[in-house]
Amino acid sequence: MNPTLTDIIRDGLWHNNPGLVQLLGLCPLLAISGTMVNAIGLGIATTLTLLLSNVLVSLIRDHARPEIRIPVYVLIIASIVTAIELAMNAWFHGLYLILGIFIPLIVTNCAIIGRAEAFASRNSVPRAALDGLMMGLGFTGVLIALGALREVLGQGTLMANAHLLFGDWGHGMTLQLYPSEHGFLLALLPPGAFMAMGLLIAAKNWIDSQFEAEPSPTGDETATATEASPDNA
Amino acid sequence: MRFRTESSPHMIPSHSVGGVMQQVLMALVPGTLAMAWFFGWGVLVNVVLAVLFAVAFEAAIVAARKRPVMATLGDNSAIVTGWLFALAVPPLTPVWVTLIGIAFAIIVAKHLYGGLGYNPFNPAMVGYVVVLVSFPREMALWPAPDTLADMSLGLGQTLQAVLTGSLPGTHEWDAITRATPLDAMREGLASGRTVSEITVSPLFGSFSETSWEWIGNFFLLGGLYLLFRRIIHWHIPVAVILGVAIPAGFFWMLDPDSFASPAFHVFSGAVIIGAFFIATDPVSASTTPLGRILYGAGIGVLIFVIRTWGGYPDAVAFAVLLMNMVAPTLDHLTRPRIFGRSRRGPPPGDGHA
Repeated sequence: MNPTLTDIIRDGLWHNNPGLVQLLGLCPLLAISGTMVNAIGLGIATTLTLLLSNVLVSLIRDHARPEIRIPVYVLIIASIVTAIELAMNAWFHGLYLILGIFIPLIVTNCAIIGRAEAFASRNSVPRAALDGLMMGLGFTGVLIALGALREVLGQGTLMANAHLLFGDWGHGMTLQLYPSEHGFLLALLPPGAFMAMGLLIAAKNWIDSQFEAEPSPTGDETATATEASPDNA
Repeated sequence: MRFRTESSPHMIPSHSVGGVMQQVLMALVPGTLAMAWFFGWGVLVNVVLAVLFAVAFEAAIVAARKRPVMATLGDNSAIVTGWLFALAVPPLTPVWVTLIGIAFAIIVAKHLYGGLGYNPFNPAMVGYVVVLVSFPREMALWPAPDTLADMSLGLGQTLQAVLTGSLPGTHEWDAITRATPLDAMREGLASGRTVSEITVSPLFGSFSETSWEWIGNFFLLGGLYLLFRRIIHWHIPVAVILGVAIPAGFFWMLDPDSFASPAFHVFSGAVIIGAFFIATDPVSASTTPLGRILYGAGIGVLIFVIRTWGGYPDAVAFAVLLMNMVAPTLDHLTRPRIFGRSRRGPPPGDGHA
């Protein structure tokens, strides 16, 4: 019942990934993944929120009455997000302006209250912290993968505007892979986000099926049998 | 002696899928030749390239899905998809644009949904919309019709332009391209001129530009052939054309200076080919008689609305895709009465069916 520490890590990063498996927080995931820098910025903010909210919720888990636990969690998460928003406004002002409404909207990211309710409210502080960190990193990983994919396809660059996140030396981090006038605009538009997301989920499922198929050759046969059955119907 | 009883259906249709698609291809020939007459070799180069790509992608993805390759290619649907895509894009479209569009049409719009018969959207139009949205610059380069242009590109020069994306010799894009009638009308109205001032240009024939009128006429010929061979039914084409013409006529009568005539709308751009060849796609269109009329009328009205108030000069592809989304609901709501039953429920006089 009680997951081991490795289970927590593997769940957050892969098996129960908030972006690819739980499909939580799709709104910021799809809206902000237009470039890699935006993705990293929002990913860090979300990870910090998850980590802090999991720790705080776990701390008060014996004191919050069940009837009012959800409003209490929301208050905690909202205060954390407000603090992070003010911090980003102070230190990453350019990025803050680009991410705009999606920073305050981290409050409504269901991945965060989901972890507070499902994990942090029943586990000790260190375990809750690890879970928050791993879920956040898993979410950030998907954001970055999606951001990199869309940025390369859409405008032919990687890490454009990196100075918003890393300061002046970020100017040198931008990679121009091909001239941007041939960019595949669809990748930057909302439908491109959905398609790229679908492809990422498909890729994850395909990788999983490759790992599952290897140990038992019998499992492979049943897989092909079920695949062929719609043809016979 | 025992007679073998076959299970239904007992009436076998006279057309196979491959046969139907062959008829569609034959019906596309006159309109395609008319387009090539006015716009030069590029049309034919595009058709050949797009069909080659479509067949190649179809073969590759069918093989990847471990389905019989030759049987699938035999239904000719990939050829129709490639051909329709090639007619939608400008004649000098660079080859990589065609490649991306066809890849989306065949792989994403068709086979990710399960192949022919399962695709909710018209594959050729998905491919066209993808490149239209993604590469607006390349998609705006319509050459001037040859009858009016000072010079035209030969086959070799056209091939060079399509394959390299740059024009041969001293030719400039600005010199050989020109606004289509829909572009001209759109920009003219936006800059405050009246319809009669715009159509006074020598390019305009009786309804629209002469070249587009003739292209429309030849596609109409092919469409009538399909109707005559009962490959398509009259509902969708008639509904599309009326769906464009009736709202266009209404606004034209209100204010003929700021709204183009219904005849201009019907004979410009892709309305005729869309009505007969694209909207009638048997997979993604509605299938009940009333559903087909509503589906076609919806496409027509959307074409007029997007052309008049939307962001793009022509809208056949968008209108078709939007109505594709509605088609399953239309089919559900317009199911015909089953013989021997009342419209909803059991046969009359029988309480317990």
